[in-house]
Amino acid sequence: MKEVIRLVAVLTVVCVLAGLSLSYVSEATEEARAYQDRLELLNSLNMVLPEHDNEPDNDAVIIDGITYYVSKKDGEINGVAFATSSDKGYSGTIRVMMGIKPDGEIITIGILEQKETPGLGTKITEDWFLDQYKGKSLENARWAVKKDGGDFEQISGATISPRAVTSAVRTGLETYEKNKHEILGGSDVVQ
Amino acid sequence: MSFSKELIRGIWKENPIFILVLGMCPTLAVSTSVINGIGMGIATTFVLICSNIVISLIRSYVPDQVRIPVYIVLIASFVTVVDLVMSGFFRSLYHALGIFIPLIVVNCIILGRAEAFASKNSVFLSIADAIGMGAGFTLALVMLGSIRELLGNGSLLGLSIFGSGYEPALVMILPPGAFFTLGILTGVFSAVAKYRSKKWRKYVSQDLGKTAVVR
Repeated sequence: MKEVIRLVAVLTVVCVLAGLSLSYVSEATEEARAYQDRLELLNSLNMVLPEHDNEPDNDAVIIDGITYYVSKKDGEINGVAFATSSDKGYSGTIRVMMGIKPDGEIITIGILEQKETPGLGTKITEDWFLDQYKGKSLENARWAVKKDGGDFEQISGATISPRAVTSAVRTGLETYEKNKHEILGGSDVVQ
Repeated sequence: MSFSKELIRGIWKENPIFILVLGMCPTLAVSTSVINGIGMGIATTFVLICSNIVISLIRSYVPDQVRIPVYIVLIASFVTVVDLVMSGFFRSLYHALGIFIPLIVVNCIILGRAEAFASKNSVFLSIADAIGMGAGFTLALVMLGSIRELLGNGSLLGLSIFGSGYEPALVMILPPGAFFTLGILTGVFSAVAKYRSKKWRKYVSQDLGKTAVVR
């Protein structure tokens, strides 16, 4: 009995100490982590948005769970950025950050998250692949990879990943088109 | 046993990957490129050093029956600290390592060294053991990573080596490539170890014989 109490006591002390120190570290790094989170968001927004003089993360509109970050220059909206995703990737969800002009033409896109096969599916993060979406809109492109009769390059050995990116971007454009007026507030739009 | 002896042991004679064959899961999964190998190696070494120090310090207070749960709690705590600190201050490194950081908890090398070494030796020697084992692990991952990245992607550290004309052997980057490379390297390692030990024994016996004759 005495032995059991000793074992319980040791385990309890170790766990309590570990818990206390973890909560201390968590609190001590909380501010730094929040700062990094915001920095990361702003970085990914700056990657896809045109030059602007507002803070897009403070000028955001949330519709159906998607946050649309609006960039403005001299008070006029010149771009909208939002994240879109597809779960048709080879392994897990692919999240894409896209920046578009108010009229629905893509400025540029970036990959936020992917777990594709290294060296194969991960080629979707390379510039030559992402650049082909520049200037495309729902009207001026066929939204499928070449193998499926569309306009976008596939990657040999990994057709699934480009297909998922293309479908994610297309869904993003369609959702934007549907909510366009609400996002832009119906006014001060530069066409 | 001296500090330097413990240090060298982990790199060569008891290399965690090729000789002890510990921590195979992260080894096979992570070694697709050189940079992954380096990142995983450094993070693991850090946790290994911390856990070896603390476990060696408390070794006389922990009853045998509960030692494994105690070690696991300590190791998991260190990994969480690494995770939080990296997330707050080294964000790019944090993203590069991704899921590999939480995976360190289940790396057998860390629990293995706690059990086999730190729980029986002084803090000083435990640090040497941790650095040696960590270096051995990192070295093994970098070797695996360079072979797989070179053959499977035609590059090293992301820099193209063979040029665009090279058709990469994709299988090397996929899971089977990990097994091929690991198998061949483990074979080479034990062959060299065997050769060296024979030669060494021969040398020692001759040397001792001469000494005996002179006397």
